[in-house]
Amino acid sequence: MSVALATEGLVKRFGDRTVLDGIDIELREHEVLALIGGSGSGKSTLLRCLNLLETPDDGRILLDGVEIGGPGTDLDAVRRRVGIVFQQYNLFPNLTVLRNITLAPVHALGLSRAEADERAHALLERFGLHDRADDYPASLSGGQQQRVAIMRALAMEPEILLLDEITAALDPVLVAEVLDTMRELAQAGVTMIVATHEMGFARDVAHRVAFLKDGRIVEVGDPRQLFTSPTHPDTREFLRRVTDAGRL
Amino acid sequence: MDDLKGHRRSLIVSSLFAERTGTRGAIVGTIATIAVLVLVGWLITRSSGWQVVQDQFLNWDVFSDSFPGIAGAFLTNVIIFLSAEAIVLVFGLLLALMRSLRAPIFFPLRAFSVIYCDVFRGIPAILLIYLLGFGAPALQVTGIPRSPLFWGIVALSLTWSAYVAEVYRAGMDAVPPTQEAAARALGLNRRQAMRLVVLPQAVRHVIPPLLNDFIGLQKDTALIAVLGVVEALRQAQLDSAATFNFTPYVAAAVMFLLITIPLTRFTDWMISRDRRRRLGVAR
Repeated sequence: MSVALATEGLVKRFGDRTVLDGIDIELREHEVLALIGGSGSGKSTLLRCLNLLETPDDGRILLDGVEIGGPGTDLDAVRRRVGIVFQQYNLFPNLTVLRNITLAPVHALGLSRAEADERAHALLERFGLHDRADDYPASLSGGQQQRVAIMRALAMEPEILLLDEITAALDPVLVAEVLDTMRELAQAGVTMIVATHEMGFARDVAHRVAFLKDGRIVEVGDPRQLFTSPTHPDTREFLRRVTDAGRL
Repeated sequence: MDDLKGHRRSLIVSSLFAERTGTRGAIVGTIATIAVLVLVGWLITRSSGWQVVQDQFLNWDVFSDSFPGIAGAFLTNVIIFLSAEAIVLVFGLLLALMRSLRAPIFFPLRAFSVIYCDVFRGIPAILLIYLLGFGAPALQVTGIPRSPLFWGIVALSLTWSAYVAEVYRAGMDAVPPTQEAAARALGLNRRQAMRLVVLPQAVRHVIPPLLNDFIGLQKDTALIAVLGVVEALRQAQLDSAATFNFTPYVAAAVMFLLITIPLTRFTDWMISRDRRRRLGVAR
């Protein structure tokens, strides 16, 4: 399988704080890569760099083999190909669920209203929110809003989907429905990078797991191997703490 | 002490409750209002100068004679405020957008917007009306209109655009930056994000304060009387001079209220509807 997205020596600094300190990753088509690690380890910043919401200070990002992010890059074109979903769903409160999903396809991809509507209805049907198409986001539960945010990103038919701790702001009862959606995407072969605190999800669904600490990838590997016999002491320490907290 | 507090709280609670419970609350409210009105009315009509005031300010004959003329003159006020409001809506938005530009190359536009708002919010509207209304035609430049009505509209538009620009700006600031980020992350460019995501939400936030400013603008149309434009106030002055009676001013005041009170009510209704929608109560 070909490499969909890769980074080489990616560095990002905020002031004199180095948030990403030489990140090398390789994501193959249809692969699900989980990023785990404590708060402030750089997971979110990495994702935000990958669709150029942040500008890296050094290193290269290769999308389908072509470097992106240099001067003169069409940021909007990259973002149409690399979708991102945030922790705080950030739905547009003044638009209905349907219009939230169709806004970017109509205005960024140039689809007709009818085509975009068709795409949106297909997604709403698939993820079981068809009856809420004409509701405003405020009347939806957190889990439903987050699923709409996922559909909004999917409606652009991105090559790669970045999920930035999308269950972290949800009630525990609502986490499950969003995890189910993520599982379905993985089964459908969507290429994804998932920053998550849900270790169970990382272990069961991801093809590979990368553990980040202080802006570096400490260890990356097969989830069964990484969760059962981590090689690096930092990974062991992190997993021990997660286990103690009852999150694994 | 605790008892007292508890008692006070229960009073507050019960009064709030009465406001919500239908008939009993309504009866109490009506009786209280009538009692106050009767008392105030009694005090005023008992005062020694009442006869004179009634004759000078509330003279029915003068009122019914002057009201049609004043209502006709009020059409001029309507023309003034509708024109000024149309200009203010667009120009105020332009000023706010100029101020929101971030790139260094746009510094001159940003500076213009800041200075403009400082200057035109700082000059009393009536002064600007004098300066433009008498000054601009005096230039005698061909092509520049000399009608005081025109310059009155310009002066009001300049003044109120500065206020409305600030209202727009506050509205845009009230839209969380994450909204723009979400739009940009979907591949919309900055202009699209502004036009499709930020502005529609900003406008929704600003409609109540905007209508509030329009109420102010509509009252300010009376200031154009100083240029000799025969609008409601000027007509009232003429009638008053002709009849030696102040009742025409009351008639003009009534005319303004007929326009501003519905607008005020409408604004309040918009605010509460908007709040319901944001909280997700209404469909």
